[in-house]
Amino acid sequence: MATKSKKPAEISRESLASFKEEVLKKYPPKVARKRSKQFLLNEFQGEDAPQIEANVRTIPGIITMRGCTYAGCKGVILGPTRDIVNITHGPIGCGFYSWLTRRNQTRPDTETSENYIPYAFSTDMNENDIVFGGEKKLKQAIREAYALFKPKAMAVFATCPVGLIGDDVNAVARDMKQEFNDQGIDINIFAFSCEGYKGVSQSAGHHIANNQIFTHVVGTSDTVTEGKYRINMLGEYNIGGDAFVIEDLLHRCGITINATFSGNSTYDDFARAHTADLNCIMCHRSINYVAEMMEIKYGIPWIKVNYIGVESTVKSMRKIAEYFGDQELKDKVEQVIAEEMPAVEAVLKDVKPRTQGKTAMLFVGGSRAHHYQDLFREMGMTTLAAGYEFAHRDDYEGRKVIPSIKVDADSRNIEELEVHPDPALFKPRKSAEELKALEDCGFEFKDYKGMMPDMQPESLVIDDLNQYEAEELVKKFRPDVFCAGIKEKFGIQKMGIPMKQLHSYDSGGPYAGFVGAINFYQEIDRLVNTKVWGYIKAPWQKKPELVASYAWNDA
Amino acid sequence: MSKLLRHTPVEITERQALSINPAKTCQPIGAMYASLGIHGCLPHSHGSQGCCAYHRSTLTRHYKEPISAGTSSFTEGSSVFGGQSNLLAAIQNMFTVYEPEVIAVHTTCLSETIGDDVPQIVDKADKEGKIPAGKHVISASTPSYVGSHVTGFANMVKGMIKGLAQPKTKPNGKVNILPGYVEPADMAEVKRLARMMGVKTICIPDTSGVTNGPLTGEFKMYPDGGVTVAELQDCSNSKGTIAMGFWASADGARYLDTEYKVPCSILELPIGLGCTDAYVDALRTIAGAAVPKEIEFERGQLVDMISDYHQYFYRKKVALVGDPDQLIALTDFLVSLDMLPIHIVTGTPAGKRFTSKIEEITRDIGYKVNVREAGDMFLFHQWIKQDTPDLIIGNTYAKYIARDEDIPLVRHGFPIVDRVGHQYFPTTGYRGGMRLIEKIVDALLSRKERDAPVETFELVF
Repeated sequence: MATKSKKPAEISRESLASFKEEVLKKYPPKVARKRSKQFLLNEFQGEDAPQIEANVRTIPGIITMRGCTYAGCKGVILGPTRDIVNITHGPIGCGFYSWLTRRNQTRPDTETSENYIPYAFSTDMNENDIVFGGEKKLKQAIREAYALFKPKAMAVFATCPVGLIGDDVNAVARDMKQEFNDQGIDINIFAFSCEGYKGVSQSAGHHIANNQIFTHVVGTSDTVTEGKYRINMLGEYNIGGDAFVIEDLLHRCGITINATFSGNSTYDDFARAHTADLNCIMCHRSINYVAEMMEIKYGIPWIKVNYIGVESTVKSMRKIAEYFGDQELKDKVEQVIAEEMPAVEAVLKDVKPRTQGKTAMLFVGGSRAHHYQDLFREMGMTTLAAGYEFAHRDDYEGRKVIPSIKVDADSRNIEELEVHPDPALFKPRKSAEELKALEDCGFEFKDYKGMMPDMQPESLVIDDLNQYEAEELVKKFRPDVFCAGIKEKFGIQKMGIPMKQLHSYDSGGPYAGFVGAINFYQEIDRLVNTKVWGYIKAPWQKKPELVASYAWNDA
Repeated sequence: MSKLLRHTPVEITERQALSINPAKTCQPIGAMYASLGIHGCLPHSHGSQGCCAYHRSTLTRHYKEPISAGTSSFTEGSSVFGGQSNLLAAIQNMFTVYEPEVIAVHTTCLSETIGDDVPQIVDKADKEGKIPAGKHVISASTPSYVGSHVTGFANMVKGMIKGLAQPKTKPNGKVNILPGYVEPADMAEVKRLARMMGVKTICIPDTSGVTNGPLTGEFKMYPDGGVTVAELQDCSNSKGTIAMGFWASADGARYLDTEYKVPCSILELPIGLGCTDAYVDALRTIAGAAVPKEIEFERGQLVDMISDYHQYFYRKKVALVGDPDQLIALTDFLVSLDMLPIHIVTGTPAGKRFTSKIEEITRDIGYKVNVREAGDMFLFHQWIKQDTPDLIIGNTYAKYIARDEDIPLVRHGFPIVDRVGHQYFPTTGYRGGMRLIEKIVDALLSRKERDAPVETFELVF
């Protein structure tokens, strides 16, 4: 597994295609067959676009980047909401590892406003609980949590053993909610059957989380936020303060964010989410189904947006303005863009000469590996290879393939909610004529074309990349920067290639919007131009011949 | 300043079911860390892939080093029908793709709950030819719902001895060192002291050179460090075992004692003056070696440092949270500095052995000491609110308390995910003691300087 740095291979269709062959050779035949379907050259576009296999089981022992359903549910979706007491029902580990590790920034309204994000609540199940069942302990834990914190909402998260021993977290949540309500206490308690073994990746956890929030919380509050242009941001998790940037940007345009799922969010945001006039989806993977359900149940149309990259940010802002159609809003949006652009252009002018022509690889998430290519493009950098950790085929190939995705046993385990128009709350936001008029002008609703059409034909698309493949990629093509997560970071850097974390941003960010783009340009400039990679060889390792001629003995 | 842990009340109410802000984590991560201390070893987590992802992430954040490990990637089906086929496939895939010398399998709450028999599955893998000749698969049972990460470490230490030690042949003249759940730098320091005394050791496990490697332009999935398979096979021939840290090392040492008649001494971790003295003395006795001047010189430097700065330690109150082995040695050290360890919490269910030991060490300090095993950082924080210490010693999570209560923090323990140094600089041995003193003095005096009014701000301390 040791690697020696050597001259990178030329990027061509041939070298990329032969790379796939070389890599697969190492695998046992069954593994090679499976991986060959998740590993392709992005050579045909349009009707002939290749089909990638995604959202399929991880190969045991392959050293995957993926995490589990609990991580997707408790960590990703519910993690950023500050005023729900999130109790992990299980042995201590899961609660411990998901404690503050995802950099979900949050901004409580006042010094005393609820903020449970710095807390980890767990039933810390022991052997006795596993043998005799943990429901009683869970109930007691909920009572103790209420006595201490008096929150408006509590959530329970099941870990692996919970489902196996037959603890019914949903029944416990229901019973406890009833118990409190009977005492005249207004509290919502709900649970998530997000055992780690469900589904094939954290994506299943996102789905379980969103389904429950949709079922138990959305639509429960009549409070309507003030504002003329009221939208929800879906699939934005406020890593490194991204949501703050987006909030600020839209606020300056006069757009109200009614609810964010779930960066910098509160329980009340979710509860009134049904009152918005437009849903804007940031991370398509983790939440597109919520937008679909909200459209059916409440009549809220949805569009795909992206605030990563200046061009995408501009496009997204204009699209929202176009949806509402008011000239006043359109003018305001243009004004804000005009205010932001000079700073962006100045930084880009400084940075681009040093980043132009450099190469990147991105293997992360369910949307980031796509979105961040925009930023690299703006810096004149090329993406050589990319792939997702837990996305589905539509995130690669676009929503057009959704009808043709086969539903396997693992996906069937994740509940699909059946949704109907709400008799009281359904309200079309625009008339059929208005929608048609917009579409006739080229406005696209619920459209996501996926990552692959945005990538050049001379690039590789690899789903669920593993450690071996990552190492081979880096050895062969020596990109100037590699993007993935914490587990991948230091192995890549040992090879002398800078690695940028796109889950946690390496404590950096924000990277969204104009301010974020500036941060990212400067960060990548720092990474690809730092002197540190030049220190790897000591002077005597670089020029060993000098040792003899300058040795004291020869003098 | 706004509080981070704003909902933590001063009044303590009894909790029977709810753990808040844990002072421990689960067994498998300790087992994974121990496995990394075998040269050429690929740890494997037999459970859902989330466990492995969480453990690798946490260890990576702590060490800033690549941490490779496999997972059985359980699905709903394997959770119902058993994880045998997943583990068999994983063993074959790992040997084929990643070519380790050893695979060290640890279990999880999932595989334990469904009752997977890992040794039997490994046996089947062997019979089916999935384990190449000369390669090894060892295992440890590490259910997450028992003990803590320390227990998992201890179980894997025992597992590697059980899985690899061979029946006694001829004496090797070495001493087995079970260094405990400490940092790679701590293990290196323990070995260095033995080397200075001319004692040949087998360090089980040894993460030095593994989780604190250099940047060379090469990714070595199996770095140069680690106790070798050959050494583990040979540890039954050693003349004795020094096990440091009861909770992390006693089981492995006792196994060697009963199974292979290698006599063991179980000591505290060699952190601080007294516990390092005990280690050096034990080495001297067991190996029949003399203590060289160089070690006495280092010891003298530590004592010198203590005497130089004693006035700043004297009766300063300290709150400590961490693992039982570390807490005992640290408490002992603080008491020897005339400091007052007043709140001591471990999340590990360490029983009366732990609380009695702490009570014994602190008996004569003349101050009420709060000690709790199987506690959590919420309680720790409440104790701190009730009687504010001058210093906190704990892992990174303690910084939330430190900021809220405006108390200086010395980071020690696991995990430390926001500072550098623990990988490279030991707190074991006399030099480690000196480093601890440096950190404590720096923390206390920096605080003094921050708060000092103009008229009493001092140049010299």
